[in-house]
Amino acid sequence: MRKALAVYLMAGRELPELAEAAVDAGADLVELGFPFSDPLADGPVIRRAAERALAEGMRTGACLEVLAETRARLPGTPLVPMTYASLLEAYGWERFAADARAAGATSLIVADLPAGERPELRRVQLVAPTSTDERVRLAAEQTDGWLYLVTLAGTTGARETLSLALAGLVERARRATRLPLYAGFGISTPEQARAAAELADGIVVGTAALVAAEGGPQKLARYVASLRSALDAVAVPA
Amino acid sequence: MQLTYGQYGGRFVPETLIPALDELEAGWREAQEDPAFHQELDRLGRTYAGRPTPLTLAERFAPGKRLYLKREDLLHTGAHKLNNALGQALLAQRLGKRRIVAETGAGQHGVATATVCARFGLECVVYMGAEDMRRQRPNVERMGLLGAEVRPVEFGTQTLKEATSEAIRDWIGSVETTHYLIGSCVGPQPYPEIVRELQAVIGREAREQIIEADGLLPEVAVACVGGGSNAIGLFTGFLADPVRLVGVEASGAASLGTGRTAVLHGSRSSVLADEDGQVLDAESISAGLDYPGSGPEHAALRDAGRAEYVSATDEEALAAFRRLASTEGIVPALEPAHALARVAELDEELVLLCLSGRGDKDLAEVLAR
Repeated sequence: MRKALAVYLMAGRELPELAEAAVDAGADLVELGFPFSDPLADGPVIRRAAERALAEGMRTGACLEVLAETRARLPGTPLVPMTYASLLEAYGWERFAADARAAGATSLIVADLPAGERPELRRVQLVAPTSTDERVRLAAEQTDGWLYLVTLAGTTGARETLSLALAGLVERARRATRLPLYAGFGISTPEQARAAAELADGIVVGTAALVAAEGGPQKLARYVASLRSALDAVAVPA
Repeated sequence: MQLTYGQYGGRFVPETLIPALDELEAGWREAQEDPAFHQELDRLGRTYAGRPTPLTLAERFAPGKRLYLKREDLLHTGAHKLNNALGQALLAQRLGKRRIVAETGAGQHGVATATVCARFGLECVVYMGAEDMRRQRPNVERMGLLGAEVRPVEFGTQTLKEATSEAIRDWIGSVETTHYLIGSCVGPQPYPEIVRELQAVIGREAREQIIEADGLLPEVAVACVGGGSNAIGLFTGFLADPVRLVGVEASGAASLGTGRTAVLHGSRSSVLADEDGQVLDAESISAGLDYPGSGPEHAALRDAGRAEYVSATDEEALAAFRRLASTEGIVPALEPAHALARVAELDEELVLLCLSGRGDKDLAEVLAR
């Protein structure tokens, strides 16, 4: 099975076109950032992108429209909104889940809603190097389809090297679940993508994808294609 | 989610922090049950901080009333913030953390944190909005002198909200070695409870002192509310008494008066937010009240009808600031000046007010107007 490539893009009017370019270039899954004013898990690049998106009117309703437009272009690609609890609190938790699904969402990620809280809200759970084994098990039990491994203790954003903590986290997560493990946070270069994919089943890129997307769909496609070939070079046992 | 204060509170934070919050909560419970912790805090309060602070009858400020001021402005570093900083520094040491991060608005919490870090030999990083650094220059210089590193936050409004987010982000990246010394009764559980318990000394002392001075409980207890730590500390002393509790917010930051339920900085509370849950900018002359959130326990006290929350404008606070200086010889911080501004119109005669800090830091701002 090929290594999965998930690309995070910020909601915006140009997102459907960008998402299509990313998928054509080899992305397997698109995370759609629904911007929040005070995103605790995000580094400066995603924060600035969120500020811009909010200034352009990307509120919950507009984000759901963009999601539906993206779904229309990409009928077969998993689409996963990623956001913060305050948006769901304001919109209504169940209503948000229902409307996101109706607009084409495959699942959901809520960055500040840890495993164990609101288990009825089906979503992709995150685990971090600081998570205890017990919490890794809980997240694995409750997660929706795959488990998001946060590679480092820190916020989103490019780093010089891949976190050394990933290997141990993968090992602990493998003991807890047979579901696919995708590693994210701090992965930006093809080399890091390849190194992370040697350990995990897939990777998530956010910050670097946003930077590439600022240059338009072609630049994003070139960046995604460079990650795709790095992932495809990883030897997968038959 | 286990919400601690009615429908408010909780732990809305990234997974990375959950184990640290569990560890903090366990350490806090142990400390609470350890007489040595309380003795040490008590000793530091008396010999280092200047507790108990006096209760002053303000005879000229509010004619027709018996207004008692709980003088937290006379505490070491000039504000009630030191009560919390001392307690959390002891807690950090119990947890084996040698590095402290904090946020600050007016600079009072930053100064208190830098002070205890100097006292205990801990590394200290304080995040402060660039706009607040301009407004509160003397406090920035004090923190530097005390050995703290002040990091300017240049996002968004460049005030307390962004500084708090940035301190939490630092903690996410440094959680194994670092204690986050939050300055108000906000944030994820157990922080609101820790800060309340450490500030409850205000209400405990004031209750004894006013009974001794006047023979009666106050009819009303008043305090300013930004995040709400001095107010919750005062109110906690009177929750079981027939005493009216009034919190005074800045009118441009009235998260309890005009806010809605939202999630900010790790807890669900009453927040200045729009209908989509996006947090709005607060606006106040007082850097310490310039915050769009409020402690979850205040939101619960409001909903229960146990405490009421009113507001004062910049101009009203400035007038009260000048009036207390000229009638009582006390220069208050702009934050409690908001509480002072509402005293005259209270129906009650016997009033207890928490004078949470002194106004030296605000002189330049006030005199420039």
